[in-house]
Amino acid sequence: MSIKNLTEEELEKRFHDRIEKGEIIEPKDWMPERYRKQLIRMMSQHAHSEVVGMLPEGNWITRAPSLRRKAVLLAKVQDEGGHGLYIYCGTETLGISREEMLDGFLTGKAKYSSIFNYPTLNWADMGAIGWLVDGAAIVNQTVLAKCSYGPYSRAMVRICKEENFHHKQGYEILATMMKGTDAQKQMAQDAINRFWWPSLMMFGPSDKDSPNSGDLLKWKVKLFSNDELRQRFIDRTVPQAENIGIKLPDPLLKWNEAKGHYDHGDINWEEFYNVINGRGPCNKQRMKQRRDAHINGEWVRDAVVAHEEKKKSEKVAA
Amino acid sequence: MPTFEKMINKNDLVTYCLRIADTSLILGQRLGEWCGHGPILEEDIALTNISLDCIGQARGFYTYAAALEGTGKTEDDLAYLRDEREFQNLLIAEQPNGDFGQTIMRQFLVSAFQYYFFEELKNSKDKTIAALAEKSQKEVSYHLRHSSAWVIRLGDGTDESKKRMEKAIDELWMYTGDMFDMDETDATLIKESIAVDTKKIKQLWENKIREVFAEASLTVPENIFMMSGSREGKHTENLGFILAEMQSLHRAHPGAEW
Ligand SMILES: [Fe+2]
Ligand SMILES: [Fe+2]
Repeated sequence: MSIKNLTEEELEKRFHDRIEKGEIIEPKDWMPERYRKQLIRMMSQHAHSEVVGMLPEGNWITRAPSLRRKAVLLAKVQDEGGHGLYIYCGTETLGISREEMLDGFLTGKAKYSSIFNYPTLNWADMGAIGWLVDGAAIVNQTVLAKCSYGPYSRAMVRICKEENFHHKQGYEILATMMKGTDAQKQMAQDAINRFWWPSLMMFGPSDKDSPNSGDLLKWKVKLFSNDELRQRFIDRTVPQAENIGIKLPDPLLKWNEAKGHYDHGDINWEEFYNVINGRGPCNKQRMKQRRDAHINGEWVRDAVVAHEEKKKSEKVAA
Repeated sequence: MPTFEKMINKNDLVTYCLRIADTSLILGQRLGEWCGHGPILEEDIALTNISLDCIGQARGFYTYAAALEGTGKTEDDLAYLRDEREFQNLLIAEQPNGDFGQTIMRQFLVSAFQYYFFEELKNSKDKTIAALAEKSQKEVSYHLRHSSAWVIRLGDGTDESKKRMEKAIDELWMYTGDMFDMDETDATLIKESIAVDTKKIKQLWENKIREVFAEASLTVPENIFMMSGSREGKHTENLGFILAEMQSLHRAHPGAEW
């Protein structure tokens, strides 16, 4: 039976059957428009986050306290740029160009992870970001690696390997500082005090307030709810904190034997929505930095095009 | 570690390694400032990558310098606890990033120099230096290819990009002579077949610049007064600020482990 003769409903039913069977959807396959749109939204947002994420860490490259740490941080930030590039390419398979995505981002239509709207105020923040932010990203991305869209899932498999590395390095920064001077211990604790709650917010709104979750779960773009993933992150992070003697700033954090999970305090959703909607400590600065980079780079991109055209016409003439 | 008949050689050797390391470190530091601000994502990644290579080179030569000194210093002591007048990096390395064109031009002029420099240094009688040079030269080959391609693209792009590249040449050319200056340290080590006689590579460097500039339709300046001073630690005002930023955290916590 040719796919051309099927009605929209029949196509959509076939699509859902494939998803149910755990088949992977590839770029050329038929997919509902809403599936395509949601994936573009999620993937481009993910790519923008990788790129904006270069800024708070880039902020400490020139001040890294040892040459080894400087090199490791440079390599990490370079990885994040690579993640951005890789996910942009994956998103392009859905029929949107990088220019269009960039445009959505620079005009503020597309979002990026709100965690990057928090400032990096001391060196231990490099540890906190690696341990908590990359740690949260790993929980998200390990699941996304099994999502129904082929290019996204493959990108996640590859990226997760590097995120694990970042996670370890971040943890090691903090572990080293917690064994160091009093000032270093204070810096480490201060970084965790500031980054703990925002990193819990990385999993998105609570399930009851998550508008896009229904479809995404049905399409197996998401496999677990926001709250489930958040819980998974908390459960694996608390013992790591105890290991190096750092305190997580939540007095209600306690092991619940009956549930087999940690209980935790309430997340400040008001802060979350404010940061998402542009009122976080660094939103304006991050957007300005990205816009400036884009504007200042315009002459470079124009020159690339002009040069390529010259080369082409030279070839034709020859 | 090699043994040296004359003590003077050891001090010269330390100085020689510090100079190479300082240049790589300061250049890497400058490139690191670009992180997150590049004109396209691919270039953000490329500049970070080159910066990373530079830091790696610096670490190699500092570590060897520290071992030669034999007073228990580390690479970080040499990078973080020396002052402006003790640094002997090439003057061109500390020049500001400017726009992307100026950063690329600086990279091209330095990479072309380092390419032939490390190519020669691979033959150093000092085996550690020769090995470090070999590794560095491989990395610099890529830096040179990358920056040459960009000089050509931007020189032979739009009127604006050409103008910007001409301005970059104008800003930087006066610091290129310093790359080839030599002093007694060089002379002593050249005699021992340890160091590079930069007279030997000057022509190669010039040829490379001419070749790439020709393709980029850029003009090689003639008869420009050259600044010198790196070998005496006489810098432009830029270096003080680079070090102030780079060393601040390390110096605020003496003896701390990171
Ligand atoms: Fe990443
Ligand atoms: Fe990461």
